[in-house]
Amino acid sequence: MRVTVRLFARLRDIAGTGELERDAPGGATVGAVWASLVAEYPALSPYEKSISCAVNADYSRFTAAVADGDEIAFLPPVSGG
Amino acid sequence: MVPLTAITTAPLDTEALVGALDTTGIGAVTTFIGLVRGHNLGRQVLHLEYEAYEALAVKGLDRIVSESLEKWPSARVAIHHRIGRMEIGEASVVIAAASPHRADAFAAARYAIERIKQIVPIWKHEYFEGGDVWIEGATADPDNAEARAQALKIACA
Repeated sequence: MRVTVRLFARLRDIAGTGELERDAPGGATVGAVWASLVAEYPALSPYEKSISCAVNADYSRFTAAVADGDEIAFLPPVSGG
Repeated sequence: MVPLTAITTAPLDTEALVGALDTTGIGAVTTFIGLVRGHNLGRQVLHLEYEAYEALAVKGLDRIVSESLEKWPSARVAIHHRIGRMEIGEASVVIAAASPHRADAFAAARYAIERIKQIVPIWKHEYFEGGDVWIEGATADPDNAEARAQALKIACA
């Protein structure tokens, strides 16, 4: 299946893009999508413990399953205000 | 019609935000305006660039309004956050809170800014004398009850 990955702030800088299309095996979790991203961009690795994730613009968890066409977002610690 | 919550690249209008609140039965309105500061952690700040995951950020602001009404049922809260490039002294966020009595209006506004810093996917990119840096604050987790309790505690202090 095909998913869209959205990256923001420092994560976007590391990957050099804010949006990627990637293949994911059926039954893959958000965590698996992150792991394949880290394999591609090892500099993302230190963020593993501090990021949040969202699926289709709702906060989610690394254990959540993803579906074909989902938008998966990885969010570094926020700093609004 | 001004929406109660918004993420916008346009300069913020505090008066319009106050005007968005239903003030029937209201005796107090407080506004909080967050400004771009010219210095941070010893650095001379030149300007800031704010980025958001807009679809989720608006939901985050809506959630903060709902949480405020849960805690202060007679209060009304509106929040607009600006994104994009901002110069020193410009407003990055405006919160308007109204309630029958002043205590709840002050508390709801304070609660809202604390929660924005916890759960709304917005990031500051600081450009300073000699470099630039992404500011990273809290790991966003709306279901973290401890963080929410902490925001309430600050609001009610």
